[in-house]
Amino acid sequence: MNKILKKAFFSSNVVYFEVEAPLIARSRKAGHFVLVKVGTHGERIPLTIAASDPVKGSISLVVQRVGVSSTKLCALNEGEYITDLVGPLGKATHIEQFGTVVCAGGGVGVAPLLPIVEAMKKAGNRVITILAARSKDLVILEEQMRANSDEVIVMTDDGTYGKKGIVTAGIEEVLLREHVDMCVTVGPAVMMKYVALLTKKYNVPTMASLNTIMVDGTGMCGACRVTVGGKTKFVCIDGPEFDAHQVDFDEMQMRLGSYKEIEREAMEHYLEETGSN
Amino acid sequence: MTENRATTRNIPWREQLRKSITNKERTAISRVHMHELDANYRNHNNEEVNMGLTLEEALTEAKRCLDCPNPTCMSGCPVSIDIPGFVKNIERNEILEAASILKQTSALPAVCGRVCPQEKQCEAACIYTQKLGKEAVAIGYLERFAADFERESGQASIPACAPNNGIKIAVVGSGPAGLSFAGDMAKRGYQVTVFEALHEIGGVLKYGIPEFRLPNDVIDVEIENIKKMGVEIITNCIVGKTITYEELKQEGYKGLFVASGAGLPRFMNISGENLIGVMSSNEYLTRINLMGASRDGDTPVLSGKNVAIIGGGNTAMDAVRTAKRLGANRAMIVYRRSEHEMPARIEEIKHAKEEGIEFLTLHNPIEYLGDERGHVTTMRLQKMELGEPDESGRRSPVEIPGAIDNIEVDTVIVSIGVSPNPLVPSSIQGLNVTKWGTLVVNDDLQTTIPAIYAGGDIVRGGATVILAMGDGRKAAAAMDEYLHSSNC
Ligand SMILES: Cc1cc2nc3c(=O)[nH]c(=O)nc-3n(C[C@H](O)[C@H](O)[C@H](O)COP(=O)(O)OP(=O)(O)OC[C@H]3O[C@@H](n4cnc5c(N)ncnc54)[C@H](O)[C@@H]3O)c2cc1C
Ligand SMILES: Cc1cc2nc3c(=O)[nH]c(=O)nc-3n(C[C@H](O)[C@H](O)[C@H](O)COP(=O)(O)OP(=O)(O)OC[C@H]3O[C@@H](n4cnc5c(N)ncnc54)[C@H](O)[C@@H]3O)c2cc1C
Ligand code: SF4
Ligand code: FES
Repeated sequence: MNKILKKAFFSSNVVYFEVEAPLIARSRKAGHFVLVKVGTHGERIPLTIAASDPVKGSISLVVQRVGVSSTKLCALNEGEYITDLVGPLGKATHIEQFGTVVCAGGGVGVAPLLPIVEAMKKAGNRVITILAARSKDLVILEEQMRANSDEVIVMTDDGTYGKKGIVTAGIEEVLLREHVDMCVTVGPAVMMKYVALLTKKYNVPTMASLNTIMVDGTGMCGACRVTVGGKTKFVCIDGPEFDAHQVDFDEMQMRLGSYKEIEREAMEHYLEETGSN
Repeated sequence: MTENRATTRNIPWREQLRKSITNKERTAISRVHMHELDANYRNHNNEEVNMGLTLEEALTEAKRCLDCPNPTCMSGCPVSIDIPGFVKNIERNEILEAASILKQTSALPAVCGRVCPQEKQCEAACIYTQKLGKEAVAIGYLERFAADFERESGQASIPACAPNNGIKIAVVGSGPAGLSFAGDMAKRGYQVTVFEALHEIGGVLKYGIPEFRLPNDVIDVEIENIKKMGVEIITNCIVGKTITYEELKQEGYKGLFVASGAGLPRFMNISGENLIGVMSSNEYLTRINLMGASRDGDTPVLSGKNVAIIGGGNTAMDAVRTAKRLGANRAMIVYRRSEHEMPARIEEIKHAKEEGIEFLTLHNPIEYLGDERGHVTTMRLQKMELGEPDESGRRSPVEIPGAIDNIEVDTVIVSIGVSPNPLVPSSIQGLNVTKWGTLVVNDDLQTTIPAIYAGGDIVRGGATVILAMGDGRKAAAAMDEYLHSSNC
């Protein structure tokens, strides 16, 4: 049981939580995640640790509402408890002073990108962050990204905000303009696939943080497996970050769809039950 | 120990009991049959299949035991339970006494009575099997009977604990090894904290073995008893991640027992193994048993109409019988050797067959094919035949060239074994591991770091509940001695 100390809305679908977790606050590093379960019968979902306060004994999570479990979590209020929370899991992000780092995030990847942007900036890199969304109202965490980046480029598919185009257009603009030492990408698998193809063309080392389906998060089940460089890897223990040029994103995308039908039905059912929308 | 047993064998009530019926009469009684739920009823629900013995049946079965002067059954038991001692107490209707004898050796008799491979251990060594050519005394059923009787009587005794000696001991993992170690150390007066990575206590007993074989309340009672002895259990805490060994030492822990199990699934690395619908038995069983998928949990599980389980162990049987219960039309075991070589308990194989499970023995998957969305649709099986015996003494399967079957499937569950969890070994410097990833220990189960002991599957690889439990008890005795001699 972990107490929610603070809750804030970053947008209607993105919630910030500060949660009591003294041991994790002490041991976590950028890139680590936790597994969170709401209710006795809840699902275990992975969430990146956005920040921590070892003195206060708390960690922060930034949660985007996409399905039943994230919605249940986002419905919790200050003073309430998260039933189960375990971590820190995964390998920490490889942070060093690379020089110029492009951090490209979209969709579900924007929240997990935030701590990486922060850590890269702290390590003395020039950080250019590229945020991609379908349209203006889906752009999230812009303010937080700006606070930790030297430059933020917002890309929208429909051009309602920032520049019109997809994330790769934003990255290519930077690559054509200046030398980039490192690229980090977090987002939907298709997006990361195209980012990887692009940066490969420009020979820029690229790290992708993979958000696969997970169950235990400790290497016990293999639900999170992906193929990297022709070998099967478990994202929860070998990752979540991998060399983007080696990841089989098509397979990852396919595997993310394993429960699509069930998830959609569960969400419809949940919305009916709670009478919300 | 043996001497002690010999003297108890000679106590008057036992001598009298032996004389009350002739051996001829005893051996003329036929072995009791376990009541079971009807196969067609049980194969679509989660109720426990074995219903247990009635008191009368237990009393009669106990009469079959000859109270041998040299009880070979005990040599078949990995922890040498005083088998005639508890069985004779059942015969004279002192069931609570029988339970207490069991508990002198086994920390979890209600569990072991249900899941031990008795037909390969005590019952295989019983004189009935060895010399008389008859079915063994139903030692496992009687063990379960005594333990259940005690639990249901509400008179389960909480073992007396020595006064708190203030020495803090940490345990990694709450499976049978960790729990039995914790219980024994608490009895010796230590202040024990068990750290468990998952949100549930019990290890494989909870997340692996299904309730139709081992109901959760049976385990929960044992857990409650251990808590009543003063053991603290902290869930959602991963040693090596949430808290390190160094931090535990700083917090004053003087000893650590690693019982983190062999939780890592193995795959075959064949083509199509990452298709949707192909998963490890750990994933399948965890989603269902731990997360409540298909029942009241939010966690989904893919369990289709044509389900194949690859493997022939207990885990494979649990998975295939679960698939049937979740509505599979065809639930199949695919095993590369013959049924004779299957490592699963014989009772599980029998139950599986009764429930309508198909057995494709001497078949080995070589490839999975999927549809355009990536869902598995077909498994390609290489047919095998038995060749010469290998190092393990089992006849090894060899391919029959060109003999390949294509079978339609929508779910494939890979259950070909597990490896030790590297999390703890890799997080503590100075802990040596073998090339299989198991922890190196000496005869006392002490690792290469003196204050750290280890037992159960992390030392043995995937083994059994009774061995894990035995390790827990042995390590407790050894660590106790070590801590006394090192004077802390
Ligand atoms: C290591 C790791 C770190 C993560 N960090 C964060 C974080 O900090 N903040 C955050 O909001 N989310 C994060 N995620 C993703 C988060 O775990 C999922 O969004 C969550 O599990 C969704 O659960 P749900 O029941 O709400 O939705 P579901 O019912 O599971 O899904 C609803 C819809 O979202 C889609 N979806 C679900 N998960 C993903 C995914 N991983 N990628 C793409 N699409 C998906 C599904 O296909 C479905 O259409 C992380 C994932 C991983 C593996
Ligand atoms: C499906 C299935 C069926 C089986 N059937 C039988 C049977 O019929 N008969 C039989 O005798 N045996 C059976 N077995 C084998 C038996 O269950 C195991 O041998 C036994 O459970 C091993 O006990 P253990 O205590 O060593 O480990 P486990 O029971 O595996 O427990 C280890 C615990 O440690 C936790 N852990 C791991 N790492 C950490 C960490 N870093 N920090 C904190 N906690 C951690 C794990 O989460 C787990 O709860 C079966 C196994 C399975 C999977
Ligand atoms: S060997 Fe068989 S008959 Fe003899 S004491 Fe053991 S259980 Fe009884
Ligand atoms: S989530 Fe189970 S192995 Fe990675």
